[in-house]
Amino acid sequence: MSLLVTQAALALTVQDSGRSGYQRFGLPESGPMDWWAHWAANLLVGNAPGAACLELGFSDAVLRVESEMLFAVCGAGYRLRLNGRELPLWMAFRAREADEMRLEKTPGGNWVYLAAAGDLLTPAWFGSQSVYPRGGMGRPITAGDRVPTARKEGIGWQLAGQSLPKAFHPPCQAENVIRVVPGPHEDRFTPASVEAFYRSPFTVSTRSDRMGYRLRGPVMVHHGGADLVSQGMVIGEIQVPGDGQPIVMMPDHPTTGGYTCIATVIRADLPLVAQSEPGVSEIRFAPVEVSAAQEIYRNALAGIDSGIQPKEDLWHQL
Amino acid sequence: MNELPEGFPRYSPVGDSALLLEFGERVSPALNARVHALDRWLKADLFPGITACVPGYASLLVLYDLLKVNGGQVRTWLEERWRSCPFEDSQQSGKIVIPVRYGGEDGPDLDFVARYHDISPEEVVRRHTTPTYVVAMMGFTPGFPYLLGLDPALATPRLDDPRTLVPAGSVGIAGEQTGIYPLDSPGGWQLIGRISEKIFDLERDPPFLLSPGDEVMFVAAEGSTVQ
Repeated sequence: MSLLVTQAALALTVQDSGRSGYQRFGLPESGPMDWWAHWAANLLVGNAPGAACLELGFSDAVLRVESEMLFAVCGAGYRLRLNGRELPLWMAFRAREADEMRLEKTPGGNWVYLAAAGDLLTPAWFGSQSVYPRGGMGRPITAGDRVPTARKEGIGWQLAGQSLPKAFHPPCQAENVIRVVPGPHEDRFTPASVEAFYRSPFTVSTRSDRMGYRLRGPVMVHHGGADLVSQGMVIGEIQVPGDGQPIVMMPDHPTTGGYTCIATVIRADLPLVAQSEPGVSEIRFAPVEVSAAQEIYRNALAGIDSGIQPKEDLWHQL
Repeated sequence: MNELPEGFPRYSPVGDSALLLEFGERVSPALNARVHALDRWLKADLFPGITACVPGYASLLVLYDLLKVNGGQVRTWLEERWRSCPFEDSQQSGKIVIPVRYGGEDGPDLDFVARYHDISPEEVVRRHTTPTYVVAMMGFTPGFPYLLGLDPALATPRLDDPRTLVPAGSVGIAGEQTGIYPLDSPGGWQLIGRISEKIFDLERDPPFLLSPGDEVMFVAAEGSTVQ
């Protein structure tokens, strides 16, 4: 059983929830750019939330279904067509052998996740199927590649049509407000720069990828220099090198770095950063306390879990 | 052990699922030794919900699962472990001896480093094979060890024009640092030699030859162009 990729998106890799514990050796966590959509896609097809999905970004892709399966596509910036007919994202659907699944890039985001009920039979490294080419762990998928799949026993075809309503998606807006925990090096910036950081809009540069998103906005001014003795970094950390333009660390980020960190994006809002369109989206930052950030994350997860709606009657007509 | 600088240790949250413990703001063997002593002490009795500890030159980053513990619990635990840590008695892990082929095609910048310091290539090798180095931290690419302990007389600036491809196993010098490239990658370090052993090999168990805190010595390999 498999999926045949007949046209590959610019960014197309297998990603599960990532690998943890190896950062001390220089291995990033990897995993999805938009954990929210990844989580939802898996739940919609009845998978465990961290299971491996295809992550597609930045351009169109076409896949041929080689065996009947239950799928879901979640994320932003794409339109889904099955044999030419448009289907909504954030909904489980059944596709049959020889069906053509087309993912067309549209404005409004960068990344989508294709989950299949069951497993993607791809290799694992350090306990994770997340592809990390820089470390020799797999490679991006190209046209002509087959992704082997294993259908789950006793698959719930009745799940077809269940969906996650918009109220439970990450709030993608034209001007996203991204919540951050200040620091750890906020004191290395001038008060005027810290104020500008929370007051001014930033745009995402086209020089952005799975390692990091470069932002363009007011120049952040350091006192005592931009460099520090290299230390460990996490996803979401906003480093500011000497040019004063922030870089948000994304899942394939280097595990250690030597630039001051003005603030760190909270887990719940990482999907908003990931889906911000280079050269288009404006983002702003707002500070929150750690305990508030943790509560926001727990509420987001609970929202996805409880928000899934059974299939609508409309679906029977398809 | 020496006192920490004024204002340290410093605890800071990094986002909603990590805590950074800084020991100081300089590269110092004494501070780095403390990092590894605490890292070992933490690992000896890991608090539930801790997912990773990442040593830096003068810091330890502790990541946790925010669904299992909160920042306050992790900080309380870290403070307790800090107080009880046997910094004085902490045992280094074993010393690892790595043969290096110095000079020739394996170390295209060895002659430059020698000329830069007005010494012979043989003297560069002698000085590079004398100290015991410590893996201060790893990063940059998977498995890249930042080694502390380079003879200051070998400190050499990076290349003005970094190479687009440095072969895996190359041993380099950049400023007062020395390190080994685990993978083929671009790089600007002065290359003085190359090792045969892979320091990162996905086909091997364990895949990483070195760990943060390890002690490392280099010896000139048989067949090295410069001994």
